[in-house]
Amino acid sequence: MSKSNGIDTEDIVATGKSKKKRNGFLNEMHINWQLYVMLILPVAYLLIFAYGPMLGIQIAFKDYKMAEGIWGSKWIGFDHFIRFFKSMQFPLVMKNTLFLSLYNLLISTPMALFLAVCVNYLTNAKYKKTVQMITYAPHFISVVIMVAIMNQMLATRTGIVNNIIELLGFTRIEFLGKAQYFRHLYVWSGVWQEAGWNSIIYISALAGIDPQIHEAAIVDGATKIRRIFSIDLPSIMPTFIILMIMNVGRIMNVGFTKVFAMQNTLNKTYSEVIETYVYNITFTSGLPNYSYTTAIGLFNSVIGVILITVVNGLSRKLTESSLW
Amino acid sequence: MRKKNGHPVSDSFPDKVFNVTITIITFIFIILCAYPLIYVVSASFSDPMDIFAGKVWLLPSSPTLKGYKTVLDYPDVWIGYGNSVFYTVFGTLINVFMTVLAAYPLSRKDLKYRKPIIMLFTFTMLFNAGMIPNYLLVRDLHLLNTRWALLIPGAISVYNMIIVRTFFMSNIPDELLESARLDGCSDFRFLLNIVLPLSGAVIAVITLYYAVGHWNQYFNAVLYLTDKNTYPLQVFLRNILLENSINDLSAGSVANESERTYLNELLKYSLIVVASAPLLAVYPFIQKYFVKGVMIGAVKG
Repeated sequence: MSKSNGIDTEDIVATGKSKKKRNGFLNEMHINWQLYVMLILPVAYLLIFAYGPMLGIQIAFKDYKMAEGIWGSKWIGFDHFIRFFKSMQFPLVMKNTLFLSLYNLLISTPMALFLAVCVNYLTNAKYKKTVQMITYAPHFISVVIMVAIMNQMLATRTGIVNNIIELLGFTRIEFLGKAQYFRHLYVWSGVWQEAGWNSIIYISALAGIDPQIHEAAIVDGATKIRRIFSIDLPSIMPTFIILMIMNVGRIMNVGFTKVFAMQNTLNKTYSEVIETYVYNITFTSGLPNYSYTTAIGLFNSVIGVILITVVNGLSRKLTESSLW
Repeated sequence: MRKKNGHPVSDSFPDKVFNVTITIITFIFIILCAYPLIYVVSASFSDPMDIFAGKVWLLPSSPTLKGYKTVLDYPDVWIGYGNSVFYTVFGTLINVFMTVLAAYPLSRKDLKYRKPIIMLFTFTMLFNAGMIPNYLLVRDLHLLNTRWALLIPGAISVYNMIIVRTFFMSNIPDELLESARLDGCSDFRFLLNIVLPLSGAVIAVITLYYAVGHWNQYFNAVLYLTDKNTYPLQVFLRNILLENSINDLSAGSVANESERTYLNELLKYSLIVVASAPLLAVYPFIQKYFVKGVMIGAVKG
């Protein structure tokens, strides 16, 4: 901001030198008003569409009536939350939400890391490129298409997977008809779709390791396996931890749109998570109770924020890598 | 990409075993990722009887275009395609415009109130009001069941904004700004004539991110739209493929029930291919931009 030499351009770069400290705010506006003009639209968008709904959260503590509006409805305190905690559905949706998230967390991140380590040691550059190209591809398939492909491949009577199972002499498995398979289908289809994509960040972290460390290890006669455990994994730990923190923060939001696309009447006992529950009881009922479902959603978000804050704090203490 | 780990001259025995093992493992990954896609494409060209009989393994069996003919004759598919192109083009334009407009000022270290504004943005990544308050807002703004409902909410992805901002901060040298200012260049002109031409790479990255997001988006459409004429393709796909209204599609083309059951199976495969074809066709050429985006984003997430 401050100009080093005395060339006077007065207009745009009003140097704070001449009239120092007249008024911080006015001075800043005088110098940088164009930048603030640029920010008008984005900030307005943010206030309306990100912070606007946050004002709407108040109906979680109110008895929302459409005629009275968000601001006019009566305050009733924590009634909606208490009703949710006491409802029959509460333990079920909590269990499903946490189970799906934790299962996914424990499988998908390590799988991406595993793939990245393998790719990193491939010596043939062309093959390496091919592996990357093909494993990233499923990431770009839409949720709807992915679920449709899964349904086709796993269908009991006509699916190719069951054709193979039968060919190997086993009996066909009802993957889609039995609720207990839902969790595995959800998590492993996620691995199929995202393992490659999620490995990118680890591959680049691995490529960033100082080659001299590896060379020194090779001179000392370390095998590649040894180098993985003594050099690679410790080096990318910070990246791994940061990503884990971010994922823990998302524990309460399971990949909702995918669960929603996979959900059917057969698997509901395993597939009903908090967010699908919110959607289902709001939009399949003729008289939706927006206050109640907002309260459930808020409960969900708050747990998420608490989790990410706690894990971030722990990680900063224990490992010195943290998000903030 | 630049590293040369391997010493091909004299790998020890354990390393040779290791090399073979990772080649096999990555090969399995390739098969698992590619096979379902190949199978779907092959099945979409096959005779429905052969799909049912399990005769399709890798290549189409008794090739036919019957599936595609029926799918492309179905008006909803075209409505959906048209709408998806619309949402993708205009949605992405809005996204990129808004994102750059936010990212550039926030990349300027001399912007005094930068910190609180950035906080305003990043807080929304941490905490979300939830589905219902968002829905009520869209309803109260009378955007429900209009095309705007898919264009305006979500106009800025904070994650993408940070990617662009990071790029600006590390790729636009301060000296450039200094000398432009000496020539009397305004901030608007500097952004338009100097920053943007230097930022093609990152603009390409976020354009692709946003475009793919719009093309694949279905849930907001389910939530906000009820008029069939505004549905993007993904919603039609969901109704046909996942909610089993496939009979609408095959209704006109066959007479008896059993034949229809066979045809339905084929139609699903053809539909999947028709819907994903645009993306997968350009994928090999644009893949490097996506990867670049991950790298830029990783610098400071």
